[in-house]
Amino acid sequence: MKYLCLICAEKVMEQMPQADADEHYEEYREFTSNIRKSGHFVDCNRLLPPSAAITIRVRKGKISSMDGPFVETKEQLGGYYVIEARDLNEAIQVAAKIPGAARGCVEIRPIANDAQTLDVLGLD
Amino acid sequence: MVEESEQDFSKKLEQLYRNEFRRVLATLIRLLGDFDQAEEALHDAFKAALEQWPQQGIPDNPRAWLVSVGRFKAIDKFRRDARFDTFDEIPEQLDAFIVNPEDEQDECLEDDQLRLIFTCCHPSLSVEAQVALTLREICGLTTEEIARAFLIAPKTAAQRIVRAKAKIRDARIPYEVPAHEQLPERLNSVLQVIYLVFNEGYSASSGHALTRHDLSAEAIRLGKLLMELLPSEPEILGIVALMLLQDSRRAARTTSEGDLILLNEQDRTLWNWDQISEGVTLVRRALSLSGFGAYTLQAAIAAVHAEAPSADKTDWREITGLYDVLLRIYPSPVVELNRAVAIAMCDGPEAGLALIEVLISQGQLEDYHFLYAAQADFHRRLGQTDQAILAYQHALKLAQQEPERRFLQKRLAELHNK
Repeated sequence: MKYLCLICAEKVMEQMPQADADEHYEEYREFTSNIRKSGHFVDCNRLLPPSAAITIRVRKGKISSMDGPFVETKEQLGGYYVIEARDLNEAIQVAAKIPGAARGCVEIRPIANDAQTLDVLGLD
Repeated sequence: MVEESEQDFSKKLEQLYRNEFRRVLATLIRLLGDFDQAEEALHDAFKAALEQWPQQGIPDNPRAWLVSVGRFKAIDKFRRDARFDTFDEIPEQLDAFIVNPEDEQDECLEDDQLRLIFTCCHPSLSVEAQVALTLREICGLTTEEIARAFLIAPKTAAQRIVRAKAKIRDARIPYEVPAHEQLPERLNSVLQVIYLVFNEGYSASSGHALTRHDLSAEAIRLGKLLMELLPSEPEILGIVALMLLQDSRRAARTTSEGDLILLNEQDRTLWNWDQISEGVTLVRRALSLSGFGAYTLQAAIAAVHAEAPSADKTDWREITGLYDVLLRIYPSPVVELNRAVAIAMCDGPEAGLALIEVLISQGQLEDYHFLYAAQADFHRRLGQTDQAILAYQHALKLAQQEPERRFLQKRLAELHNK
């Protein structure tokens, strides 16, 4: 089963002092290489800061767009991993090693993989 | 052999049901991978037993018989449904089709109960959901009984259970005993559920009934089950000891009108001495093992109270020492308050008052009526009537339970009459 791990923290890389950011990158490099070896890795990336975010809504066919993320909170979304795990306990064990978990928090979301969704989206 | 009367036989069946249904359910959940299907299979298995056992006699291993019949009833049902549904779900159901003789060995069944406990108390479920699911699946309470015990609408209780089951399925919460490294943390969440159930029974958080005995008894039973399954975990011994020692004072802690009687005013002959000796033995064993924690220490404190021949012969130094240890490993303002009360018993109310004023100045426990009740009691014992009245009034504003409110009102009336 696939799980999306959303990494939230008060500071994203751009907002950290350079030395901190370098250290953090190194931790991520190591973590990512480990989960590639163990076979849990599916995908990952870093998100640019919320200042780069835009939220859009479409109402009556018109696009209205707003500056900033969907919800403004102290903690912001900084990146994500998609991992493959046997079950939630394994996902928790893997996600607990994401370096961001020690600084902010990680939300674990099971990714729906049911026939109905795949069918609707035209995926197999 | 004397032939059994029909009545004896149905009594025997009833007892078998009571003894076995939890274990059988736990195993069926593992085999079928689904709570609802397992409940249905359990029901079908007992129905088959009622039909077949009167003629064929009770099998040698009724538990294994029930598991096996439940499994085949579920497979039958699955085959019937499969004719009408698509075959999408078949791979997920395969476990049920593979008959592994080890599955029905007693040892494996014991593990199933443990797996079920850890699944129901998984930290990814809300605490309310953990409690409801545990009472439903492990203790076998009905949804209505759970609703009544927690003063919620049956619909709310049912929803909590349905949502929890859906989350177990959707997020794929596994049916397993946590690995050694995760055990302490996961066990904590199980113990929290047990203690919550106990406390809900022992001192209902609101309403008139001060004790809802069934829930406390259920929590003690659950603790003892866990103790059988994991016999060398000190905190399990500790929590069972703590519950037994607290429960031992049940008959002495309220008047027949339901008014509270404080520990130092209780009639100690009303205490349940069997429970006390059981609790004291367990606490000694827990303290002799490495890795005991907050439950064991609280049980040790309760044991000191229980072993005092009278209230004024209580060893308050020993109790203060135990609170010191507790505060070191489990710092919390509630523990600080309890320690302040113990210190007041050793060194006089001024010493206790000083500690309580620190708590108040830090803005700790602002909504906790016991804080102000303790403050009021210290002022009262120092003869500071006006300050005592103010503090009792403050406590009364925060207290929710009728018996506690009556106790505070009684103290206030006594001071006004001075």
